[in-house]
Order: sequence, then C-alpha cells, then structure tokens
Amino acid sequence: MDRRDFLKTLAAAGALVTVKSSGMMDVMASTMPATATASDGKADLAAIMNGEPAEMLQAAMKELGGIERFIKKGDKIVIKPNIGWDRTPELAGNTNPDLIAALIKMCQDAGAAEIKVFDHTCDNWSRCYDHSGIDAAVKKAGATMVYGHEQSSYQNVEIPKGVSLKSAQVHKAIIECDKWINVPVLKNHGGALMTCAMKNHMGIVWDRRAFHSRGLHQCIADICTYKPAVLHIVDAYRTVATNGPQGRSASDVVLTKALFASPDIVAVDTAAGKFFTQINKNIKFEDIEHIPDGQKHGLGTMDLESINVKRVRL
Amino acid sequence: MAIAVIAILTFGFLDFAGIIDNPLLQKIQFGPALFSVSIVTLVCLIAGTLIFGRLYCSVVCPLGIFQDLFNWLSKKFDKKKKYGYKPEQPWLRWGVLAVLIIAWVCGFTFLVGLLEPYSAYGRMADELFRPIYLFGNNLLAIISEKMGSYRFFKVVISLKSITAFVVALLTLLVVGHISYHHGRTWCNTICPVGTLLGFFSRFSLLRMRIDKDKCNHCLACQRKCKAFCIDSANQKIDYSRCVDCFDCIDSCKQKAISYGPVKCTKTTVKTADNVDESKRQFLKSTLVIAALAPAALEAKVAGTKDTRVPMSPPGSISHKNLLQHCTACHLCVSKCPSHVLKPAGMEYGLGGIMQPVMKFDQGYCNYDCNLCSQVCPAGAIRPITVEQKHSTQPGRVVFNKDICVVNVNRTSCGACAEHCPVQAIHMVPFQGGLTIPETTPDLCVGCGGCEFICPVKAVHIEGNPIHLEAKAPEQDTNIQTQDFDFGF
Repeated sequence: MDRRDFLKTLAAAGALVTVKSSGMMDVMASTMPATATASDGKADLAAIMNGEPAEMLQAAMKELGGIERFIKKGDKIVIKPNIGWDRTPELAGNTNPDLIAALIKMCQDAGAAEIKVFDHTCDNWSRCYDHSGIDAAVKKAGATMVYGHEQSSYQNVEIPKGVSLKSAQVHKAIIECDKWINVPVLKNHGGALMTCAMKNHMGIVWDRRAFHSRGLHQCIADICTYKPAVLHIVDAYRTVATNGPQGRSASDVVLTKALFASPDIVAVDTAAGKFFTQINKNIKFEDIEHIPDGQKHGLGTMDLESINVKRVRL
Repeated sequence: MAIAVIAILTFGFLDFAGIIDNPLLQKIQFGPALFSVSIVTLVCLIAGTLIFGRLYCSVVCPLGIFQDLFNWLSKKFDKKKKYGYKPEQPWLRWGVLAVLIIAWVCGFTFLVGLLEPYSAYGRMADELFRPIYLFGNNLLAIISEKMGSYRFFKVVISLKSITAFVVALLTLLVVGHISYHHGRTWCNTICPVGTLLGFFSRFSLLRMRIDKDKCNHCLACQRKCKAFCIDSANQKIDYSRCVDCFDCIDSCKQKAISYGPVKCTKTTVKTADNVDESKRQFLKSTLVIAALAPAALEAKVAGTKDTRVPMSPPGSISHKNLLQHCTACHLCVSKCPSHVLKPAGMEYGLGGIMQPVMKFDQGYCNYDCNLCSQVCPAGAIRPITVEQKHSTQPGRVVFNKDICVVNVNRTSCGACAEHCPVQAIHMVPFQGGLTIPETTPDLCVGCGGCEFICPVKAVHIEGNPIHLEAKAPEQDTNIQTQDFDFGF
C-alpha cells in the first residue's frame, strides 16, 4: 500500500463514519427520553438480590421484558464495563467478568451482529484487561475486546446539552455503534462519593482531567447526555464499600450479591445509591450531586415511586 | 550465532508486549556484571577469555557485533577494502580506562556509562531503534484495525529525553563511522571492556597461531584483520587486540594460520612485558588521583540542589546506590510499561546524567509492577518482589491545598485519592457535601498516580534520596457487611 492509497482509504473510512454516525444520531435523538412509562407490565427497573452474577442478570432481564426490548437483530453493540483498575475480580475494582460473559451470550442470542467491549482504564490498560478477567471472558465468549489506551481511538464530539462540558473526545466504538449497554460496578469513590452508571461514562472519554477541573458532578451529568446507553446494568455482586474506587484490600469489599438494571440511568443510580448508603453509612445519598444533575438534564427520574420497580430475592 | 545474539538482545529492548520478560543476554554482559559484582558471571567471562581469547567481543558484546555489521556493509561497498598492521596504543587504551576509574570513584558514573559498550548499544536500541519498531507496529495496528482485527495495538512513541537521544545518535555516528572505516579500532583503543579483556586474552590458551614455516609473508592476513593486530612481516599477532573473528584463517592461502592451543609463549610474553610498564604507571597514577578527587567532587554534587528532589525507581535503594552501579543501558527505561522511567538530565547532578528517574507526565508507576527491578543487569535497581515494593517509599506525597480545585472552585474532584493505591491521599469532609484531599505521607509508596492525574498539579511526589519504608495502611472497620436490604 503506498501513501496515496493509504490516504484514500483513510478519507473513505472517515466519510463513511461521518455518514453513519449522523444517521444514527437522528435515531438516538428520537429515542432520547429513556424514561418511558411502564408498558404492558414490563418493569422499568429490576432490582435483584442473593444470586450469582449470571443468574441475577437472567432474572433482571425477565422482569424488564428480555434483552430483545433493547437491542434488535443485526445491531452493532458495545458493552462498556468498568475496567479502570489493575484489580482481580475478588477485589471488585472492575465489573464482574461472569456478568459480562453472560451479557455477551444474551446479546449473541438476540442476534447482535457485532459486540465490542472496551474501557479507558486508569491503571496500565493491559494489566487491567488481564487481571480483571474481562479480556479472557470476552474473548472466550466470542466478542471483540477493543483498546482504549490511545488517543487516536477517540474523536471530538459536541455535547449540545452540556452545562460545564460542551465537547469531549469520545471513543469511536461508542460513536460508531448502533446501541451500547452500560455495565458499571457499584463502588465507593473518594471524589464523587459513589461510582455507578453515570460515573462509568468517564471511561468513554479521553481527557478526564477536564472533568475534575470543571466540576466533576456536572461534567458527569453532561457526558451522559451525549449518546445514552439503551440499558444500564449495575454489578453489585461485590461492592467496594470504603477507600474506593480502588479499595486497598479485601477488607474494603463487601459481598453484596445484588444487581440493578434499567433503561433509566437516573433511576438505576438512585436505586444503587440508596442500596450503597446502607453499606457505607458515612455517605449521604443527597451529597451524590451528579444524580440530581442528571434528572435536571431529563435523563430520568429519581422518584422510584413513579416508575414500575420490581424487587426480586433469589 | 553473533547475529542471533544481537537480534535477541536488541529485541529485549524493543519488545513492548512482554514476550521476553527476563532478558538473559543482558545479564551476561561484562560491564553490568562488573557493576553488580556478580562474581559467577565475571569469573565465567574472564575464564572464557583466558581459554578462548576475546571471543566475547565477537559474539556476546552487542556493540562489537554491531560494528561487525557496519564493517560487513563497508566491504559490500568497497570490495578491495584493506586493513593493515598498526602498533598498539597502550597509553590511550589504559589512559581511557584510568580516566573512567577515576570518574567512577568520583561519582561521575555518566562517563563510564557513556563508553561501556553494552550500555552504549542499549541506549541506541532504546532511543533510536525502538521508535522505528514501534512505528512499524502502529502501522500494522492501523491496518489490522481497518480489517476489523484488534490483535495488534497501537503504542505511544515519544522522545524520552533529548540528552539520551543525542548521546545515542552520536554514539551511533561515531562508532558507526570508526567501524565502517577502521574496523575494530574503537574496541582496541577506547572500549574499557576491550582493554580489560585484552589484558586477559594475552594469556589465552587457544589463540591464532602463524606457522612460521608455511607463512610466505604475503600480508593477506594482515590486510584482512579488522583489529589491525597481525604483524605479518614479523609473524606476530597482538593477542590483546585479537577479537577471534577468524577472518585471517580464511584469508591465508598457505594455511599457515590456525586457531589452537598455545605452544611456544616466548614471543608473546615479551610483548606483554613491554606493555606492562606503561600499564603499571597508569594504574599507579589512576589510584593516586582516584584517592584524592572524590572529596572535592562530592562537595560539588551536594552543592547543586534542585528545588525538587528527583525520585529513583523502587529497588534502587538510594540515589547513591544508583549512581554507583547504573551504566545507563536504559533497559529499565525501555521496559517500563507506564512510561514512568526516563533518562535523567541534571536531576541527579552531572554524574547521574541518563540514569533512570521517575517522571509522571505520561503515566504513573503501577502498584503491582516490579519489572525494572527484575531486568536491571547492573544491580543499580535490585530485584524486589511486589510485596517488598509495597513497603518501599522512594518518594512521598506533598499536597498544596492553596491551588486544589476543591478549595479554589468549590467543586468535587478526588482524582488524586481515586488513583492512590494505599489511600495515602484520602478524601475528608470539606464544606457542604464536598470532600478535600488529606495526606498520610507515611503510607505513600511514591507511585505518582496523584501527581499524574491532578488537573492543577496541587499534589506531587518529592523523592527520597535514601528510600524509606512505607507503612502498611490500617484497615477500615466502618462497613456494614450484613443485614442490608434493597434500601429503597
């Protein structure tokens, strides 16, 4: 391949991406208000306790009406776990790999055309991918592990609804996919107090320092307006209760055996937040500001009474 | 075989994917072995030289093999290329060695590292060849990504230090030029390892021999000798300079040269005696100067104080230990997966130029990584386990509340505490629901996560000239481990 050919290919690919993403944006815009009211008995939020990650996922999806409610045959899907830290699954710094594997299987059965998994890690990416067990789980399940450690994987996008964050460099996998599923792990966080579905969006952007200098909570809420995920699945099988988000040792981790799932990001973070503040009583739910900020953006509701919540103990 | 050695050794510097985790060839190099005082390696290398001559210079030393490659190239372009015989330059050879010994004793290790052949090659590999290799990898990654495969991944290419780059480039040009035009002249006049091994190879058991009856003084061998050590007219070979390349054997149509055990030592002993005089004088003067100089220089080093104390990698024990042992081969720099280790400029003073220093502008030291300590061949970074690393404090955290965004902007942040693996920085209640960093420097392991991520550089790590012990963190007990419900 000579330079001219290379440039041509590059230009063609660029054009393709632009056309694709602009087409997709219209679709996304029309599906923006994710807080659809309860329809034909399907739950808006499923809260499951006392199971293993994979079986809690099955139970949650049963309540929500199956994965087919959220993705269609032939969709190009991205699954975005939290793989931020060089931690083993027992230390719960990252999303549980069994949950990711089960979710991939579900998406495959629903006819997804392509499933990519990535995160912009904090610690050295290859150590995070390896030690979290997610790289192995994804490859074993037959999905694609994508890299997020390199700036060229990110593209600058506008965030029209952003209050503090007007633009950000977002990973191409998110920009190019048809739909994405947000799979955070519930943890304590020194700055944001709690990290869950909304905070997990910091892993789709390149420059996170901007978030910290411009006001963390507002920026988190802002990035969530960019291209909302169709479904948020909160892994609370093991929870870093203190010294988060990394935790210093196993003594910071509680075996909580819970899972929350909803298409409504504010509702799912509200549920997870209330669950979390029982475990770490030092944290007040009201202080987790990015959740009300998200509600102000119209991303969902904090009023769990107003939606159809299903609680299941296995 | 020499090509295999240089290829594997170079790959040790280029490899970013961790294919070779423990580069063995780097550990059998003479220079690092001397600095790490690994007796076994030294004895083996010296014994090897006493038996086989300077075979080391032809098949182990990467700079030697590298020069042979240049030499081979030069013959491709100039088919009639001829060498000759030149008498030894003992004053120059031993003079360089003496200067280096004095420099080292005075804490001026930079000069030693500059001329130590393995380290000189290491820097070339790390600063010059590695970027090319990474660039190739990145092209491959772009192409494979276009085809939908994520098998290859892109890596960051950066100039680690201008000083090191310039030094590596100059080494390449100077050594390349000399070897292209003058064969192994570098090895036999400048190289300190060449001089030392040359001392032993004089007495080697196996060596080149000229059969005086068969030899017809045709000078063919002399013209072929890239070490300029065969005096065909007098049928003598200077064994201190012969690097056992065997070119002469093939060149001799009379089959008068062979490699084998020594029979008659008369002539060689004579040459050795001649040289000994000058050598002894050198050693004497070296020792005298070495004994006098360090005090003066140490005072000078102490005088050059920066506002920030540099941080040497965990395992290096102290700046002094690093200074004494490190020949700046940059194997640790090339292996550091987080791009934290950089060749120093003047951080450690003049003597420590190009030695590894921890910098957090591109990343931070991974809590569970001890790679640099595992690969160091010179004992400058001692091998430490991950557990030992967790209790080592090469530097400690300093927090400047005046510029912290929580204090200045009244917005939440916590990026520093988030990155701290031991909670030496943790968030404590501030105004409203906000939390602000608080430090416990005794817990700090100096990983630099906080400094790397802080958007305003309100936290940084100050190096410990002598590494301290990091205390183990106390366990938190304020967790509800049972009796919880959905909570909503």
